[in-house]
Amino acid sequence: MSETLILNGHLMDPANRVDGPRDLLLRDGRVAAVEQPGGLRGAEAAETIDAAGLIVAPGLIDIHVHLREPGQTYKESIATGTAAAAAGGFTSVVAMPNTVPVNDTVAKLEWMLDAARGPVVKLFAMPAATVGSMGEKLTDFDALRVAGAVGFTDDGKPVLEDHIMRAALVAAARAEAPVSQHAEDTRLTGGCSMNAGPMAFRLGLRGMPVEAEARIVERDLQLLREIERVEGLRPHLHVQHVSTARAIEAIRAAKREGLHVTCEIAPHHFALTEEAVGDYDTHAKMNPPLRAEMDRAEMVKALLNGTADCIATDHAPHAAFEKRQEFERAPNGITGLETALGIALRVLHRDHGMPMAKVIELMSTSPAVIASLAGRGAAGPGHYADLVLFDPGAEWTFAARTSRSKSRNTPFDGAAMLGRVRYTICEGRVVYRA
Amino acid sequence: MQSVSAAAAAEPLYAPGSLLSVAHLPVSEVSAILSETARIAELPKEERTAILRDRTVALLFYESSTRTRTSFELAAKSLGATTTLVSDKSSSIEKGESLKDTGLTLRALGAECIILRHPASGAPFVLARETGLPVLNAGDGMHEHPSQALLDLRTILTRLHGADRAGEVNEHTLDGVTVVITGDILHSRVARSNAMLLPRLGARVLLCGPEKLLPEDALRLGPGVEIERDFDRALAQAQVAMMLRIQKERLAGLELDLNDYIGRFQLNGERLAAVAPKALVMHPGPMIRGLEIADDVADGPQSTIEEQVTHGLAIRSALLARALGAGVFKA
Repeated sequence: MSETLILNGHLMDPANRVDGPRDLLLRDGRVAAVEQPGGLRGAEAAETIDAAGLIVAPGLIDIHVHLREPGQTYKESIATGTAAAAAGGFTSVVAMPNTVPVNDTVAKLEWMLDAARGPVVKLFAMPAATVGSMGEKLTDFDALRVAGAVGFTDDGKPVLEDHIMRAALVAAARAEAPVSQHAEDTRLTGGCSMNAGPMAFRLGLRGMPVEAEARIVERDLQLLREIERVEGLRPHLHVQHVSTARAIEAIRAAKREGLHVTCEIAPHHFALTEEAVGDYDTHAKMNPPLRAEMDRAEMVKALLNGTADCIATDHAPHAAFEKRQEFERAPNGITGLETALGIALRVLHRDHGMPMAKVIELMSTSPAVIASLAGRGAAGPGHYADLVLFDPGAEWTFAARTSRSKSRNTPFDGAAMLGRVRYTICEGRVVYRA
Repeated sequence: MQSVSAAAAAEPLYAPGSLLSVAHLPVSEVSAILSETARIAELPKEERTAILRDRTVALLFYESSTRTRTSFELAAKSLGATTTLVSDKSSSIEKGESLKDTGLTLRALGAECIILRHPASGAPFVLARETGLPVLNAGDGMHEHPSQALLDLRTILTRLHGADRAGEVNEHTLDGVTVVITGDILHSRVARSNAMLLPRLGARVLLCGPEKLLPEDALRLGPGVEIERDFDRALAQAQVAMMLRIQKERLAGLELDLNDYIGRFQLNGERLAAVAPKALVMHPGPMIRGLEIADDVADGPQSTIEEQVTHGLAIRSALLARALGAGVFKA
């Protein structure tokens, strides 16, 4: 395989505590050498990339995407979704199992991960925790883990029953993978389409209370405690798309207590509030919903102070005709892969002073650890040559019509972005350049 | 907050003449609608029927309705328009056609304005965006019923100030007037529209009802809105008592002890005589006699219930003229 030189860039690799000018040599899909500027003089390479003025970072990793294949390829396919990922600087994505049919067997998982699907970046998957994501009977965690599962989830819905969630955590602990929970007490959210509060009242929409999220998080943490005590196991609970201060508070306390819990926050939950619903804009409809300003501010704080472990987009493409209908009928979800870095740098780095290396940690280093993606999330010698090269000061405006995704359902059409991806390199191959 | 969607801000505006929410109406526009209502009511028949001659108006009803549908239809006809009624029970809506496609079909058939009633809050916004036509919101889910608020306003003005002074309003027209709205506020689009409109004309709106049907969030509908949960205390301050039906079809599992409710919130003759012997009694209908309102009050001298229906016809004539750029709203 060919070699690539990346010269004159600024390497930002939190895992290896590197934050300075470095030259890199990539060989056979791996990072072969990382040297001080000029240290690779004389090295031969088929391609040389001049990274002057660019940040060179380990490729971004999104542990929460919906690629809609199989079954709903009119919304997205593995090929188009991963192309959008590449354009957003992501080199690994983790596909959720709520496809049609649900990804709940080894055969379905292998089909999804097959190279024939044409993924543009590295594709991982979290299969369903329960058969058909019906919340009743566990899938075969051990066999799925051997076949490549990096976690288990019924995302889109919670594992609601206490004893099923308990069994899932036990099985996942034995398989050494996290249970990734969509924390929503659906007994409190029937018929609801946005955040509960004065805005929902005024719009005449039924609202999801913050308790619906907090209750499931608190219940799951209690299960972790019990399992540690009774079974002597140490399960890993990963809480998806946290949106409320109450859930963050519960997670903070559990971390202090020493439980193995991690969580993710989506860009829209730290960048937008329920006000974005405006005149029933279905591009501001997702689950969990956009919350009040107090909760949004708390999401920023949690990312700054380390309570939140990573950023994940919950990329959820839907066709235009599905979103262009009555608010309550429109499906939940927005696309997110191409806007995540630009929003994170603008909101967290520029507006809230988060060091850029911390943004990289939240979007690469830490998600690699959560999903145990060996050899990824870092840019040292021997690691996969998964890199993103971006211009950190570039201000630009996102235009949904230019998206690589099949869908355009984003509240960030026309929104200001900071930091422009110039190259995305996955296992040594340039998969995106601009 | 960091940023609102730029796309939302750049969303194509709704066709002028649309009425989707009372929040979109400046006070001057409310005044213009009232004045056109008064003017049309005085016109001889031949002049009135010329206003919308050769114009086509579609009524699109996804929920049952007696008053609103009939009065919009009669209002359109009284101005000379051709009307067509499409209801969800007897159309391709039953076969799964989307709101957008239904709207585009009506537009292709020549509809110049669509009057929409729909069980989903916000549906008129979708229809207005997708068709580009003026849309009149005839009630959307639990959200709004703007023409009802306007006809209620005309009823109040006519009773309190006299018919000759019901043709114009400003920010102080209802200074000193307390309107008590009682009952199932949570599910009521009539309550929302009135509570958002009347305070902007100087009125004080007191909302009254049990916690389950009146959450504290209602206070944030706007300035001039207050909550008083004791019906007698609220009523004692009222120049206008507006009663609302319990919307059984929208309760969604909410449990309510009806006998307890009747005891605390029913407007009956005894209560009215004791606490508010001069207040106007309003009800948007349909009313459930014996529940939120007693027979003697519904049919009593303080009741404006039938006048409200008559004013509805008049107000909706003006709204149709406005929607189609006719009458005084001609460009």
